[in-house]
Amino acid sequence: MSGPRAGVPLIEAEDVAMHFRVGSALSALVGGRPALVRAVDGVSLTLMRGESVGLLGESGCGKTTMGRLLLRLLRPSAGRIRFDGEDIAALSGAGLRRFRARAQMIFQNPFEALNPRFTIAAALAEPLENAGIPRAEWAGRIERAMELVRLPDPGQFLARRPHQLSGGQLQRVVMARALLLDPDFVVADEPVSMLDVSVRAGVLNVFREVRARLGLTAIYISHDLALVRYVCERTVVMYLGRVVEDGPTEAMIEDPLHPYTRALVAAVPTPDPDQSHAPLPIGRGAPDARNPPSGCRFRDRCPLAHDRCAAEAPRPTRIGARTVYCHLHG
Amino acid sequence: MTETILDIRDLAIAYRVAQGEMRAVDGASLAVPAGTITGLVGESGCGKTTLARALTRVMPGNARLAGGQALFAGRDLMTLPEAEMNRLRWREIAFVPQSAMNSLDPVYRVGTQLREVLVGRGGMDRRRARARAEELFGMVGIEPRRLGDYPHQFSGGMRQRVAIALALALGPRLVIADEPVTALDVIVQRQILDQLLELQKGLGLSVILVTHDISVVAYVCDRVAVMYAGQVVEAGDVRTVLTRPAHPYTMGLCNAFPHLDGARGVLTPIEGAPPDLLAPPPGCRFAPRCPFAVDACRRQAPPVQAIGGTHLAACHRIAEAEALRARAARVETWAAMAETVA
Ligand SMILES: Nc1ncnc2c1ncn2[C@@H]1O[C@H](COP(=O)(O)OP(=O)(O)OP(=O)(O)O)[C@@H](O)[C@H]1O
Ligand SMILES: Nc1ncnc2c1ncn2[C@@H]1O[C@H](COP(=O)(O)OP(=O)(O)O)[C@@H](O)[C@H]1O
Ligand code: SF4
Ligand SMILES: [Mg+2]
Ligand SMILES: [Mg+2]
Repeated sequence: MSGPRAGVPLIEAEDVAMHFRVGSALSALVGGRPALVRAVDGVSLTLMRGESVGLLGESGCGKTTMGRLLLRLLRPSAGRIRFDGEDIAALSGAGLRRFRARAQMIFQNPFEALNPRFTIAAALAEPLENAGIPRAEWAGRIERAMELVRLPDPGQFLARRPHQLSGGQLQRVVMARALLLDPDFVVADEPVSMLDVSVRAGVLNVFREVRARLGLTAIYISHDLALVRYVCERTVVMYLGRVVEDGPTEAMIEDPLHPYTRALVAAVPTPDPDQSHAPLPIGRGAPDARNPPSGCRFRDRCPLAHDRCAAEAPRPTRIGARTVYCHLHG
Repeated sequence: MTETILDIRDLAIAYRVAQGEMRAVDGASLAVPAGTITGLVGESGCGKTTLARALTRVMPGNARLAGGQALFAGRDLMTLPEAEMNRLRWREIAFVPQSAMNSLDPVYRVGTQLREVLVGRGGMDRRRARARAEELFGMVGIEPRRLGDYPHQFSGGMRQRVAIALALALGPRLVIADEPVTALDVIVQRQILDQLLELQKGLGLSVILVTHDISVVAYVCDRVAVMYAGQVVEAGDVRTVLTRPAHPYTMGLCNAFPHLDGARGVLTPIEGAPPDLLAPPPGCRFAPRCPFAVDACRRQAPPVQAIGGTHLAACHRIAEAEALRARAARVETWAAMAETVA
């Protein structure tokens, strides 16, 4: 074995873009053109089979959109996505159904992911029914999935409704639901952000364990590098719809190459009362996906920006196992 | 010794619910020194919001004071006539509600909402109110020209800044902020906390900061009170409580936290869930989840005891805290509880 990047690619995204057209009624009245939100704007990303990759960045940078594109829950405005060698845009019929079973999403808010009126048993049966799994297999599959997420004695939970479970238990049910169809690939979108810190640990442990046991290929979406570190060997940092850095998580924490990654590392909350209170090395203001700056998209908040940053978009520079998109490095 | 601006003694708040009466806060005590930030930390449902709201006496209809006092500069907020309490709100004690950023009225410009407090509550004339509104926006780091915007034109972080500006409008001495950075991403969270620290120092404010996140406590608080099932189980200065916790629950909280330093080991959850407050267990409320519980813990409620200085904890095994800390640092100690609480 020669590291996690070795092996066969499962997912290959090539120059993928997702532009949303948003027009307010008001702007239409005054004859304005509808705005274009560049949620994802030219992302290339390859995931090897069994690899687990963190997708990191601020609110609105396009993480969820990227996840939905990879699962074909959205159709890209440009670019191509291959899953196991096949272009997912071309899938239909039985091929699409097979893909839907193999690629699953674990949603952010367990309280919204499950219908409050359905029992846990019904919530777990639904994907099995939709996928046309013979009824005789249901009980076995449900039991196995519940065992994987460490909800021992499933009988105890199956008859309950979502509000009768704790947040941590609920998020495990949501995870079990994503595992019922033996997926190869899962996208977990901030699966612990709605949970109390005290129960996050349990859910993260389960995610890590399940991934390893099943050899899943996974994307873990978060804005908190401490969480990503805990489940992913590799991290991809996004800013305003683009990748700015990609590489091994530990190296990124020790020595962040991109100025934005540096700010993200410095912003990670820590329980240490003696931590630094130095101001974050990043300008204020929210990135605006309707109006991204020319050149490097981070330049208006970058403490190290120079002339070239406004003129050209940085191209990828390889440094060992890492890739960075910044004029300071290339 | 610094002056105590707020002294909460044995406070109990009960909610009337279908199955009976539930004490969401049940004998909580806490002293808030003036000019400091005191953190109130604990997991969801432990009574943080209930306690914080009780201090403003704006409580849901089914809530009632079931005992105790809250002395603000010597006067008991719990028994103050409503008219006097009303005079204290905003002017002396201000409250930033949980998810304040979603509580701004979407149909009014933020400047209008700010002026309403300044004119309606503070009795300022329009001119002074306008100048004060601009000053407040400057204080929380938003361009004053954006006073004319509607809440939806602001990001979550900016709306949280507006909520802080609202609380500061009439120059209160005590600010109670309920989860002011929960649900914000790490960069915005840090920027809001920096702003809060700067304002607190500059204005000499006393702040009670409610959170479930001990890293927020570590970053901004001078003192901290740890709540569990309606009670304060440990309190002290932040450094002592976070580096030498004396209560097993605090030890567990510190363990469960993912961070960037040190080895990427296994995280250690506190197994199980907090007790049903309609029928709390006899004895120590943490006993069912505590790896160190002995018979006495299941029979008798542990009293709050001083450990040294202002460090307090309510645990029967307080004398053994150091040895328990060593055991609490091991994953197996907590993993062993998984079977018991299931
Ligand atoms: N259906 C849509 N129509 C229009 N704009 C959208 C749509 N979905 C997302 N966007 C916009 O695209 C950008 C990226 O959104 P996305 O949800 O992918 O961000 P994110 O990184 O997941 O953020 P968060 O951390 O807040 O979840 C944002 O500006 C968002 O407002
Ligand atoms: N209006 C209410 N009526 C009945 N129960 C309530 C009400 N508000 C809160 N509770 C309950 O009181 C307990 C404490 O809640 P809360 O103070 O909101 O905790 P925290 O802020 O620590 O999460 C919880 O069990 C909660 O469900
Ligand atoms: S009193 Fe007993 S059960 Fe409660 S925290 Fe201390 S050791 Fe644990
Ligand atoms: Mg998202
Ligand atoms: Mg609360």
